[in-house]
Amino acid sequence: MTAVNEAGKAAALPRPKNLRDVTTPEGVPLRFELASRSDRVTALIIDLMIIAGVIFGLGLMMLVLAIMVGMSGWQAAFGLLAFFILRNFYFTYFELRWHGTTPGKRALRMRVIDRYGGRLRPESVFARNLMREVELFLPLSLAASANNVGAGNWAILFALVWASLFTLMPLFNKDVMRAGDIVGGTWVIKAPKGQLLPDMALATAAGIETADPGTPAYTFTREQLEVYGIYELQTLETVLRQQGITAEETRAEVCNRIRRKIDWQGREEVDPQRFLAAFYAALRAHLENRMLFGQRRESKHDRKV
Amino acid sequence: MAEVRLKSYEFRREREESWRELEALLARAESRGIQSLTPAELFRLPNLYRATISSLSVARSITLDRNVLLYLEGLAARAYFFVYGARGSFGVGVARFFGRQFPQAVRDARYNVLAAALAMFLGVAIGCLLTLSNTDWFYTFVSEGMSGGRSPTATTESLRAVLYDDGGGVLESLYLFATYLFTHNSQIGMLAFALGFALGVPVMLLMFYNGLLIGAFVALYASRGLTIEFVAWLSIHGTTELLAVILCGGAGLSLGSAFAFPGRHSRLDNLARRGRKAGMIAIGAVAMLLIAGLLEGFGRQLVQDPALRYLIGGAMLLLWLLYFTFAGRERADDRSE
Repeated sequence: MTAVNEAGKAAALPRPKNLRDVTTPEGVPLRFELASRSDRVTALIIDLMIIAGVIFGLGLMMLVLAIMVGMSGWQAAFGLLAFFILRNFYFTYFELRWHGTTPGKRALRMRVIDRYGGRLRPESVFARNLMREVELFLPLSLAASANNVGAGNWAILFALVWASLFTLMPLFNKDVMRAGDIVGGTWVIKAPKGQLLPDMALATAAGIETADPGTPAYTFTREQLEVYGIYELQTLETVLRQQGITAEETRAEVCNRIRRKIDWQGREEVDPQRFLAAFYAALRAHLENRMLFGQRRESKHDRKV
Repeated sequence: MAEVRLKSYEFRREREESWRELEALLARAESRGIQSLTPAELFRLPNLYRATISSLSVARSITLDRNVLLYLEGLAARAYFFVYGARGSFGVGVARFFGRQFPQAVRDARYNVLAAALAMFLGVAIGCLLTLSNTDWFYTFVSEGMSGGRSPTATTESLRAVLYDDGGGVLESLYLFATYLFTHNSQIGMLAFALGFALGVPVMLLMFYNGLLIGAFVALYASRGLTIEFVAWLSIHGTTELLAVILCGGAGLSLGSAFAFPGRHSRLDNLARRGRKAGMIAIGAVAMLLIAGLLEGFGRQLVQDPALRYLIGGAMLLLWLLYFTFAGRERADDRSE
């Protein structure tokens, strides 16, 4: 890719800090949005509640069994093993079977991906989930042991602080990686979605019924189209697609501002929706044409090329 | 009208159909699993994915329609998860893991494993020597709960009884005993791996402390002339169990050294590269601990003859060493994967 294109890509969409590019094996970068910290915590709580629920259910079942047929070594062994498997392999199982999601992650539309663009490998999933041992269960068991050991309380407090360094790791890096993500080479991202909507440059989509298809409703001069750049174009697209009670008001406001800015000389009374749609179509045609010649104008602050 | 001249609109009109097709396939695969696709559709998925990836790449340079760009980003990403998602059957994965990946990962981390083993043997030696010189050291190394009555004040007879006792006395409880041993030891092993993240220092301490424990017991039994019998008792499962714990420690150390000495990669990349291999070792070690738990829970109680115990323990050790030295070597070119 050329430098022009690289720079263009970066600014084509407003780029918050939580976007990451992953290059696919085809060499095309895909952009993902990192899952937020609060979503991660919520998903973890959901998963832990499911685990706790299953353990509770199993415990109840064993209790009923013990009352009905009496307790035996088999039952206790089964319970011990079930607890062990749930604690250590619940996350691993789901992330392997459900393409990098667990019930909690699925509920919050998140997913684990490989940081380097490859497929998510089983060993990554194992590594990232084994680390929960220090991140989650070590501080928990330390906190639990603080109550019954009297003498070593200071030592336990120290150990707790030390262990919570690992737990709190996602707070200290901008990729929201926990220790397991670092070791497994993974990111947790928001599951991509997106709907294909009608093209706003289309008359029908923009709601313009032209009585006379030969003449555009509004025409703009080249100077008027040079005022804005890509950022403004895409903001205008968002405004045009807006639905809701304040949408009309916003469009009228934006329409007035644009007319002032481009020094609109035509009719004084315009329908904001139609005017904006026409301006959008004209501006997009103009900017896309320029782009084909390698001239991307990112925003109105970009120097005129 | 203006829109007729828009190249980006023409572009979209030509390709929209294949995007929609891919979207429909993905919606089905996401909600009902990839098995719900027919073979023809499965065959079509990668083609549609490549078409969409190429659309995305073209769209980035010719269209300014934000909605189309975002839609293509999302669609390509969703398809990407399926095309490059986790693959293969579970059985094949397990066979590949134990046939190749696990022994290779252990060989790659051999120096770290050796360091962990050294820490443990040092612990054994020191624990043994200190306890032999002064029995009070025993109480420092072994907590009361862990000794379970086996302390310097116990009679030789009761110490001997532990070695040949069948646990709780009831054969049925062996299942419970084996399960308990397996889950407990695996938890320790996984902790040893995870602690490696803290530069490996706690791993060394954990290995060393475990060694001290063993050393203290060896000294205790040696002082009563029961060395041979004690080592027999320990070796039937211990060769497998201690090796697994050492492997976990080695995995943890390899994690720590990846962070401390990153070499020519960045720390983050290095941790990710080695972390995956170390994770494999830890998982393999858990499988070993399952075997050790069975040996300990059943074998140790059912086999009472010291010579036979040595035989089983020694055979297991030999088996493991052969496995880690030779298994999965033939395809050396796959190792960079």
